[in-house]
Order: sequence, then C-alpha cells, then structure tokens
Amino acid sequence: MKIFIKFDFTRICTKVIDEKLVALNIKYRMLNFGEIEFLEDVPADKMEAFDTILEDYGIEKIENQKVILVQKIKDTIIDMVMNADDTMNVKSSVYLSEKLGHSYGYLANVFSEVTYTSIENFIILQRIEHAKSLMINTELSLTEIAFRLQYSSVAHLSTQFKNTTGITPTTFQRIIAKRRELNTNKS
Amino acid sequence: MRENYTYVVLADDDEDDRLFFTEAFEELKMQTKVDLYKDGVDLMNALNQSDSKLPNILFLDLNMPMKSGIECLKEIKSNPRFKDIAIAIYSTSASEEDIEDTFVSGANVYIKKPNDFNILKKILSDVVTMNWQYQTSGLNRDNFLLRL
Repeated sequence: MKIFIKFDFTRICTKVIDEKLVALNIKYRMLNFGEIEFLEDVPADKMEAFDTILEDYGIEKIENQKVILVQKIKDTIIDMVMNADDTMNVKSSVYLSEKLGHSYGYLANVFSEVTYTSIENFIILQRIEHAKSLMINTELSLTEIAFRLQYSSVAHLSTQFKNTTGITPTTFQRIIAKRRELNTNKS
Repeated sequence: MRENYTYVVLADDDEDDRLFFTEAFEELKMQTKVDLYKDGVDLMNALNQSDSKLPNILFLDLNMPMKSGIECLKEIKSNPRFKDIAIAIYSTSASEEDIEDTFVSGANVYIKKPNDFNILKKILSDVVTMNWQYQTSGLNRDNFLLRL
C-alpha cells in the first residue's frame, strides 16, 4: 500500500529546534522563522553540541551576514508567493525593500552575488514550484491555479512554466502521474 | 559543514563530448568539481563503492556500450543511498519518447547535446544554478523537471 503525505517544514524545524534546545537546557526565544535569540550566554561546548545535533537534521547555523540577508530575501519571497492573495498587489521590489529595510538595488546585488541568480528569477522559480505542488496535490484546475497565483491568464502561467522548465504543465502532470503509476506497480 | 561547491559527474563514451564538457565547466565561474567516466559500468562500479563521494548532479549519456544511460538511471533510482543525486540525461537524441521515458524513470533534467560550445556553457550553468536552488531553498526534488 502507498500513501501520499505533505510536510509542514516550518513546524518540523521549529519543533526539532525546540526539543534540542530544551534538552541542552538553553533558554531561547524564536524570533521570525529561522532566527533564534539566546536569552543567556551559551558556553562554547554547548553551542558545539547544538551544531552537531542539528547537522543530523540538515539544519545549519548561518554565519555570514550576506548569506543571512539572502536567506531573509528568500523567506520573504516564499512567504509572498504562498500568500499571493494579500501581497501581490504590491510590486515585489517595493514589498521586499519595505519588508527588509534596504534599497532594492542593494538587495538585488547581494542576492545575485551569493546565489548566481537574480531575485526576479528566484520569484519566477518559486511561483512555478508553487504551481507544481498545487497541480500535484490538489484538484485545482490550471485556470484556478493561475488565478490563485495572480497570473493574468492561464496562457501566461503556461508560457512561464514552459520557459522555466522546458516542458508544458500538461506534460509535467502526465510525467508525474506515470511515475506514480510506475512506483505503485513496483511495490 | 556542507561543502560550498557542486560535485558533477559525467558518464559518456565519446571522448570529444567529455572534453567539451570539462572545458565548459572550466570556463564557467562556478565552484564545481568534475569527474568523468567513460561508460556506465565504470560509473556504477565507482558509485557502488560504499565510501564513494556522491555527486550533486550526475550527467548520463543515453547510448553507451555495455551499460546504457537508462540502465544506470534505473539502478540509481532503485538504490535509496542515491536518492539525493540529481540526474541529468545528456544525449544526442531528442525523441519525445526518450525524453518522457527518462523523466518517468526518475531523471530530473534532459539535455539535448548542443553543437555550439557557448550554448553548452549556458545550459550547464542553468542546470547547476537550478539544482543549487533545489538543494538550498527547500524545494521538492520530486518536482524537479527541466528540459533544455
């Protein structure tokens, strides 16, 4: 038998971090997702233990300021894409620079320096990824998905999908469906 | 600490193609390390060593003697140890059937080998960049399909 499950990454990570910090007896406060404030000085050996434990889960402490800023830009974009209804009326450049308190030019420079790609490309990629997961995990039609992600039309979504992935949304859905069928037959 | 370069492996029986491939990566300003294998058997022997370093992206030629790219792909996909390797098919064929078959069998990327060196550079750079996004931005790798 086979079932499909969905993950809530924020909740998983928050819970893991909470359990581990409590176990190490470190007092902390979770600020935004991905930002932790320690409420007391943490001795180096405890900090090391914390790093080692988290590494097992693929969680890593970010040290470099630019990398931190890029992570914040990414989180803001992902949040923006996920909640397209409330945010997309604002231009993304305005939204990002207001939210993060830097000029868009500065954010754009740091972003491309660290990631080899532009903020615009990253936004498109995230929107397409969101469209993919809606296609696979919900019964929504392409028209509804385009509407939900604030595309002006299905054609616009399809074109951007094709430009980003090289395949059409229909082909994508067919390949994923065939893969699932293949995997079901195997087991 | 996670290493901050992308480890790339290519299996291709054509010597010229292997040469173009490494030269393209050398000219790209990306942090990559490239290893080459001349056929599918060599590749699978190396990967199957229990202490082998696994590539972030594996480029597979489809038509190779002894063990074809599609056979390698199926072997890799049936071994949980290799689940994090992104697979790029690197082929002269552009038949819709080959493309769909390899995607269904678990390939992430399908590249039709270009004749122009600059186009090759652009393609490889796009693949590494896209793969990097999947590695670092918590995207669902099962949805990673890219045709170039």
